[in-house]
Amino acid sequence: MKTLITLLLLASLSFGANAAEDIHLQKARIDINDKTSLLRGAKHFVTYCLGCHSAKYMRYLRIALDTGVNEKVVLKEIAPEGASIYDQLHSAMNKHDAEKWFGTQPPDLSLIARSRGQDWLYSYLKSYYTDTKRPFGVNNLIFPDTAMPNPLWQLQGEQHAEQRKTIWGEHAELVLAEEGSLSEREFDVMVNDLVNFLVYVGEPIKVERESMGKYVLLFFSIFFILAYLLKKEYWKDIH
Amino acid sequence: MKIGRFAQTGNWILARFPLAKVWEEHMTHYYAPKNFNIWYFFGSLALLVLVNQFVTGILLTMNYKPDAKLAFDSVEYIMRDVHWGWLIRYMHSTGASAFFIVVYLHMFRGVMYGSFKKPRELIWIFGMLIFVCLMAEAFMGYLLPWGQMSYWGAQVIISLFSAIPVIGEDLSLWVRGDYVVSDATLNRFFAFHVISVPLVLVMLVFMHIVALHEVGSNNPDGIEIKKYKDENGIPLDGIPFHPYYTVKDIVGVAVFLLFFATVIFYMPEMGGYFLEHANFIPADPMKTPEHIAPVWYFTPFYAILRAIPDKFAGVIGMGGAIVVLFLLPWLDRNPVKSIRYRSGFYKKALLLFVISFFCLGYLGTQPATPTATLFARIFTVIYFGFFLLMPLYTRWEKTKPVPQRVTEEHGFDEQLPALLEEITELKPATDLEIGDPAFRSSFFNRRPNPDGIVKVITRLAKNLKESLD
Repeated sequence: MKTLITLLLLASLSFGANAAEDIHLQKARIDINDKTSLLRGAKHFVTYCLGCHSAKYMRYLRIALDTGVNEKVVLKEIAPEGASIYDQLHSAMNKHDAEKWFGTQPPDLSLIARSRGQDWLYSYLKSYYTDTKRPFGVNNLIFPDTAMPNPLWQLQGEQHAEQRKTIWGEHAELVLAEEGSLSEREFDVMVNDLVNFLVYVGEPIKVERESMGKYVLLFFSIFFILAYLLKKEYWKDIH
Repeated sequence: MKIGRFAQTGNWILARFPLAKVWEEHMTHYYAPKNFNIWYFFGSLALLVLVNQFVTGILLTMNYKPDAKLAFDSVEYIMRDVHWGWLIRYMHSTGASAFFIVVYLHMFRGVMYGSFKKPRELIWIFGMLIFVCLMAEAFMGYLLPWGQMSYWGAQVIISLFSAIPVIGEDLSLWVRGDYVVSDATLNRFFAFHVISVPLVLVMLVFMHIVALHEVGSNNPDGIEIKKYKDENGIPLDGIPFHPYYTVKDIVGVAVFLLFFATVIFYMPEMGGYFLEHANFIPADPMKTPEHIAPVWYFTPFYAILRAIPDKFAGVIGMGGAIVVLFLLPWLDRNPVKSIRYRSGFYKKALLLFVISFFCLGYLGTQPATPTATLFARIFTVIYFGFFLLMPLYTRWEKTKPVPQRVTEEHGFDEQLPALLEEITELKPATDLEIGDPAFRSSFFNRRPNPDGIVKVITRLAKNLKESLD
């Protein structure tokens, strides 16, 4: 028995050690019901991401419909020049150039929030730091040696990675070396809006799905009560 | 007497087709034991999920494109641009996992109450064939969305064929239709998923039910109700399936749909277990994901595969884990069917098997670290030990006396009022007594009673311990 307990303890320790290797992610405050945040995020997406990344499963019309904003306003305020309301969020960069410049084609971002997760995206966009060894001069704590340069550096400013020693071991911490055009708080809100938009783009029906759910459950609850009473009535004579 | 047009048409059909006879034989004059408990819901639920998969599956094929270039896009098209496409797709993807949940529970019921024993061996065999078909169906269906996990999962599983000596390489090439999983593979998997396997599945379900209705249902006491019949030849402990079990199964359906709808509307990904995160990335033959894990319902068998060091031996082990289930009617030598009257040793063995099955399932989702592999090996040994040692330990079992007639059982719904009474106590009377005096004794005027709760918990723990003796 004693050996078994030690064995179990050892096993749980080794599983724990595995878990500790995971990077600590910052929490994004996601609320896809917040339409103004989604619109701000959409604007940021078109400004900072669409140059290289598409979101080809999404149409500008859908943004207008889901946020309740007039189509013309979406075209004027969010969509790039010359886009039609029926267009999908295609990037202007072609595949050939992308591979020449970045060595790889930037992925489509329609489903990135569903494959990577909201907290990962939030942390990733905030974790760039200066690294002169990399081709674009920046590296990322969450996604080391990422091929993407930091598109938001003018807003965030320049971060440096500093090694800190704690009782849990050594780890890198990011310090703002040069201020950007946004304050730290403003930048957090901006990135949060962007991630919020990406979560929405991942599954545009989610808001409707969740609001519909309670009626479906209510219906089945009533169905359950009726079915139970019917069963009771029939089974009265079985003993 | 004047016969109406409607009745006339009805009689015309009945004279030519045995509709009434079939209905009587399988519903109104099919006598099922009256003591079915909660475990007996899962057969009818499996049928419900099967119908759900057929209906939603047919609707999905109307917009899905079985083409490596278009498949992923067409699924997203269904999710976004097809009216209610998201609901249909989530019903189908959640239905796949729900199918395995109800089928695993249905199989466990069979093991627990000895439903595979004489004279029901063939029902068990048909059921196991359904299970194998279901696994094939799920595996091929999982390739269709053409995500990273679809692609690499198929790549790993098909490459297992190549471990077979001599013919292995050619066999896996023949299955894939290409040197890697490709458009050719996707097309043939589509054909199998929507036509061949479903046809076989329906045939097997038909035979499963025909075989069941020939010998009659088992029950939680594991005794044959046909032994004691009344003067009309009707089993004394039997009740007509329709209407008694049809109305009862509808209650089960309602509860199931509550759970099913909760998943569909609030957690369709189920934390990455029903829809894996990596499957939202389109298949990329040039990029192998660092961690390939099958969907949860295959993970126990996947863990067994990985636990065995040699690849071919691993394939044999994985196949053996399923083959050994087919042999169950001949491995268990004890004539007592129900777990209620089996020995404590058998009960503990079954519990250990269930634990190891769950642990293997968990380990199959995790990366294979040395410790994880060590544990997977231990649980693999327990898995096979439970079945292969059966001929020995079931023979010398000290069983309890089996009753002649089915025992009466009180459902949870009948015990609930007394239970509530026990764990609550009446609030002390206050000066301000408002409303009906009848309200004084109602549930709303009671408060939790700590002593009662402790009593109920200790009784539960005692019963739990006793149920293992």
